[in-house]
Amino acid sequence: MTYVAVKGGTEAIEESIRRIKYERIKHGKTIGVDEIQCGMRSLVDQVMSESSLYSEVLAALSIKQAEGNPEEAVFLMRAYRSTLPRNHYSRTVDTENMNIMRRISASFKDIPGGQILGPTVDYTHRLLDFDLMDESMDEVNTWKMDYESEMMQYLKNGNNSLVDHQGLGDRGIARLPKVIDYLRKEELMIDFADDDHEPDDVTRRSLEFPSSRSQRLQILTRGQTGTVTALGYAIIRGYGALHPTVGELRIGEVPIHVGHPLEETIDEEDTYYIGDICITEAEMLIPQTIELPDGNKEIQFSIGYGACYGQNETKTIAMGILDHALEYSNPHYPTHDEEFVLYHIDSVEATGFISHLKMPHYVTFQSELERMRKTKTKEKGNDA
Amino acid sequence: MKIHYQFAFFDEGSKREIRRATLKSIAIPGYQVPFASREMPIGRGWGTGGLQLTLSLVGRKDVIKVIDQGSDESVNAVNIKKLIVKTTGISTTDQTSQATIIQSRHRIPEVALNDSQILVLQVPAPEPLRRYERSEFETKKLHADKEYSGAWLILFEQIMKFGHTSTGADHPVLVYDRYVMAPSPIPRFDNPKMLYSEALILLGAGREKKVYAVPPFTKVMSLDFEDFPFSVESFKGKSCKLCNAKDVYLDELVNEANDETYYQCNDTSYCLGRLNAQGLNEVSQHGG
Repeated sequence: MTYVAVKGGTEAIEESIRRIKYERIKHGKTIGVDEIQCGMRSLVDQVMSESSLYSEVLAALSIKQAEGNPEEAVFLMRAYRSTLPRNHYSRTVDTENMNIMRRISASFKDIPGGQILGPTVDYTHRLLDFDLMDESMDEVNTWKMDYESEMMQYLKNGNNSLVDHQGLGDRGIARLPKVIDYLRKEELMIDFADDDHEPDDVTRRSLEFPSSRSQRLQILTRGQTGTVTALGYAIIRGYGALHPTVGELRIGEVPIHVGHPLEETIDEEDTYYIGDICITEAEMLIPQTIELPDGNKEIQFSIGYGACYGQNETKTIAMGILDHALEYSNPHYPTHDEEFVLYHIDSVEATGFISHLKMPHYVTFQSELERMRKTKTKEKGNDA
Repeated sequence: MKIHYQFAFFDEGSKREIRRATLKSIAIPGYQVPFASREMPIGRGWGTGGLQLTLSLVGRKDVIKVIDQGSDESVNAVNIKKLIVKTTGISTTDQTSQATIIQSRHRIPEVALNDSQILVLQVPAPEPLRRYERSEFETKKLHADKEYSGAWLILFEQIMKFGHTSTGADHPVLVYDRYVMAPSPIPRFDNPKMLYSEALILLGAGREKKVYAVPPFTKVMSLDFEDFPFSVESFKGKSCKLCNAKDVYLDELVNEANDETYYQCNDTSYCLGRLNAQGLNEVSQHGG
């Protein structure tokens, strides 16, 4: 007779940890952190985005440790994040200064600077490429050198950037104008004054309702990719009241600056450049009926905003949809309810609470059992 | 690239922030104080609220006891204890009376706690009103207004349906005649142990980002009606097969050999203590 679930916890855990390690290495081969960083760019980007921690090395390490499971990798990264002091807040990042890798608009065909497809799988055929089964490093390097020399040649021929920036004057690729600026000029956009409030920080002060826009955007950008996408999808499919268009989607590197750690930096010129991060930004255009002072109504565009670490296009677009849905709440749809959306899209929270059901619940269950039996006795009593 | 974790896992700023929330929760008994709950190296819903409280409180001289469902040896208790020891190096104990901090999930130990001890309870769902009001914004207002008719209505409906209240664990309590509070999923059996408890009781909900407290010697009453008084789980006529204890919370077990139901103390450390006191040191004979 054994004392149920009481003895042997320590040993069982040790053995279980040994076993999961064995599963990771049992084929006699492991994947290098650098290999993950080089070859799993999309997964690294997804993990950094959901973790709110921009480090390709740590993301790659977490992916290795998690055997490629994104929810586990994000969990590791977030827990590590809890040990880091918050030393600085960066200055506002102006995405107009983005060094663009890809930039498209679904609203206007002819945008200043042009549509730049850049790296995308959108127009690849999703056919399994069996050549990758035995890709040789020689071939890869030859291809890479050819590609790079072609780029160099193009630049030597008098082009100062890889992208044709006709009509941009001397702005250059690093300062492509925003598509929505055109709509603003045409007075087709609902205009707002700049909101220069210090943003809230959801990692330092927990979310309270009604939430601020900065809180919402932070929770959305760190949301679980699949959940953000699913809720965004629900909104446009029927469980929401939005009909959005991608005003602009841009991906590239933006510079990050911080002020002096001890003194207040007033002049933006005196800030310190600490590096670049790659982000995806989506500005979703959503028609909105507004009432004019004279009582007449007209339709203008409003913006749903999405921005995520790395190249995370679907998530960023869905985030833009959700941002707008929460800005204009609607009691008919849970997708327009800030508590419903913001409380349930976090990977660590959702996966944590679902998985906690695996823990023993003997005491609570015993208590329920007692109540259930009591109810049954009562029923029997009534029958008699 | 090798990085070492520091004492009690957190950076000092995080510890201070959690302590500030804790102090506020002690000052307003039963009130849920929001705090910027951190992600922990254990899962959300696996005791991160309790763990954050413990790690923010723990000093080098503390002695920690961790129990899960009444047991020191349960896998999750072992796991949490391991993490605390790994990041602090403090010593642990199974004996309730030896511990300065007791982190527990779903039980209050059978041995009465004293004023030099802190009980940290892990809370999955801190909001006692959530069952009838899904919105946090609304429940906050209900608490502010001391508008608790919904909490009573839940119990009333249960009585109408079943002839008695049907809450199992987590039966709501009224703290200091002011806030209705979820005592965490402790069985009803443990609710009365909160009444005028000598030890400080802290409750932490990591995923829901709330901490709340029952300060020492505070009035804590389980919600009930005059004609339908609160009652605890009944183990009438049953006793622990090992130590013979009555009037304790018992686990129901089945002997696979003869399909017979038998009972044992849920609080394993209490059971062991009794066995030792009785001079029955042949625990190994029963152990697995």
